[in-house]
Amino acid sequence: MAQARTDIGPPLYKDMLPPICKENYGKWRYHEIIKPGVLVHVSETGAKLYTVRAGSPRLVSIQFIREICDLADKYCGGYLRFTSRHNVEFLVSEEANVEPLLAELAAKKIPVGGTGNSITNIVHTQGWVHCHTPATDASGIVKSVMDELFEYFTTMKLPAKLRIALACCLNMCGAVHCSDIAILGIHRTVPKIDHENLHKMCEIPTLTASCPTAAIRPNPKLKSIDIKADRCMYCGNCYTMCPSVQIIDPKNDAVSIWVGGKISNSRIGPRFSRLAIPFLPNNPPRWPEVVEAVKHLVEVWAANAQPGERMAEWIDRISWEKFFEITGLPFTDKHIDDFTLAQTTFRCTTQFKW
Amino acid sequence: MTEAKKTPLLDELEKGPWPSFVTEIKKAAANSPSAQDLLGQLELSYEDKKGHWKHGGLVGVMGYGGGVIGRYSDIPEQFPNVEMFHTIRLNQPSGWYYNTKALRQICDLWEKYGSGLTNLHGSTGDLVLLGTRTENLQPFFDEVSNLEEHPFDLGGSGSNLRTPSCCAGPARCEFALIDTTDLCHDLTNEFQDYLHRPMWPYKSKIKISGCPNDCVASIARSDFSIQGTWRDDIKIDQEAVRAYVAEGFDIQGLVIDKCPTKCMSWDGNELTIDNANCTRCMHCINKMCKALRPGDDRGATILIGGKAPILQGAMMGWVIIPFMKLEPPYTELKEFLEKAWEWWDENGKTRERIGELILRLGMRNFLRAVGLEPVPQMVNAPRANPFFFWWPEETVQD
Repeated sequence: MAQARTDIGPPLYKDMLPPICKENYGKWRYHEIIKPGVLVHVSETGAKLYTVRAGSPRLVSIQFIREICDLADKYCGGYLRFTSRHNVEFLVSEEANVEPLLAELAAKKIPVGGTGNSITNIVHTQGWVHCHTPATDASGIVKSVMDELFEYFTTMKLPAKLRIALACCLNMCGAVHCSDIAILGIHRTVPKIDHENLHKMCEIPTLTASCPTAAIRPNPKLKSIDIKADRCMYCGNCYTMCPSVQIIDPKNDAVSIWVGGKISNSRIGPRFSRLAIPFLPNNPPRWPEVVEAVKHLVEVWAANAQPGERMAEWIDRISWEKFFEITGLPFTDKHIDDFTLAQTTFRCTTQFKW
Repeated sequence: MTEAKKTPLLDELEKGPWPSFVTEIKKAAANSPSAQDLLGQLELSYEDKKGHWKHGGLVGVMGYGGGVIGRYSDIPEQFPNVEMFHTIRLNQPSGWYYNTKALRQICDLWEKYGSGLTNLHGSTGDLVLLGTRTENLQPFFDEVSNLEEHPFDLGGSGSNLRTPSCCAGPARCEFALIDTTDLCHDLTNEFQDYLHRPMWPYKSKIKISGCPNDCVASIARSDFSIQGTWRDDIKIDQEAVRAYVAEGFDIQGLVIDKCPTKCMSWDGNELTIDNANCTRCMHCINKMCKALRPGDDRGATILIGGKAPILQGAMMGWVIIPFMKLEPPYTELKEFLEKAWEWWDENGKTRERIGELILRLGMRNFLRAVGLEPVPQMVNAPRANPFFFWWPEETVQD
């Protein structure tokens, strides 16, 4: 067999574009959402490109890929794309193909939606399927939450768009720190140290430097390290650096919920997500407490937000104290920041609501 | 194949309307012992409430220092077919556009060499091939990179340039103010060495969005966030504005009142925008894309420093270059990136992202190193404390 060709980079995107996209490259004039999951982009030349957006579990088999390729061959001249939220988009240049494609997707139970004021796909991570540091699973919670919120994927009845993301540990791969609702796996106990093997497996200076709160000190006597328990907030970064520091604790690992992040610059600009619920139990396979909490947040926001108000804008308007009152979520000492920029989050004004 | 473990917990996740990843694993498991054992091991994780992968794993292909994430089961005696279950990152085409031939080729090779499971796509953008054995890595790469049509290269992992990604761009979106797909492809090829052979203090990511809607979340998920923007006036089609209003669209409530700088007004007949005070948030254009279009003097704003919480807390990218023209061959941008990386490579500690380094050494040092002038657009507000430094040449020396 031929030796690998190196440094060739990705396939050229131009070879992957349907003719209508090549012909109208940079000439698109406007777009409309015809109905949930179906967009039309209209070019200066009058050409129309229909996009049918379908949900995907992200973790998919080659059988699934071949199935959507069959659909793309049949209705889209062999072209499709994926979105930055893991949805599949069928790029249809013949209007007459839209309805037959929708019918076939419906028959295959591949949901169409995720446009406009909807809840689209959940950006998520590896979980127990492939990662070594997770505090929870990714795919299982995502499936459970999307099953419960399914109607919001296929409709556009919310006040604004709502983005949900999940990360299985606080490395926060993905978009958890900037989503309307974020689900984050957390640990709650200090790592256990395997003193006997640590020096064989790990680089101690790297290990001490890996701690955000400087809780780790070398222990030269044991050729190991010590962790000051009262400084450790269980981030697990030391475990990332060293297998002899074991953070995973099934009895205590859990899920937290964050709200009010956004990415886009429209109106109020990008925001971080902030802690709403510090602890919910890991309860596979359906994580009912997590699903219930997310659903509750969606419903309270949807019932109270003004048209066009995303989660962060709604909370901005009503204040955090009203957020906790209206949602009924307990406010705890966990909610008050005590990391490096903590003081910037304190209330330095007498303006607040009772 | 080992006898299949029963999976009552995972079977629950085949119910319900959202497409099921368990169904996907089962589809792959029909032809793949490793997908079968993955299912079994995952069921055990659901029972135990913990993962069953050993820590770390260093594997790869000849010539490269990254692109493959090694993974080993911690219970290989129970699940021998996932004893090794490595992930291969393939560099996706710009904007995740595919023709079916390219995807089918990958499926055929992955059927031959891997578990038949994938992630479309990884958060950074790569086409993720989920699960294979060490001895299959090189043969797979040999074949995938030698495909006659649409060969693929590996994506990035480790302390290197990770795979750049971009939004749908001018191929499909009227808001694309820069050629995101071309720029993404160009930068990926220009910096292949940085991508395949880790040589830096830590990872570095580039994401490119065609406008400030930032559909690839570049501000939060990349060290270098490149977002299309414009400098001249928003183009207004007054007839089309009136058509929106005639159709019952609440222009006052949904557009004028929501403008963050209150630079718009509507007198019932004409829409006026005070462009000098517009911050190009995209809201009015998003709401009335038939009537409003970005200006013609187009380029990008470049933000630096975005990252997740480890180690110093989560950061969003901040403005470092308010406006840069971006035309092929993108020389000015590449020079900036090279200078920034060189300074970081020289000064960064192990596992220190560029944003953290800039915070540690100060913006003034970074600006001087890369030859940028400080401008007010870089900050939300000037400092409130008096603890500022002077350069030696700015004071009288004895």
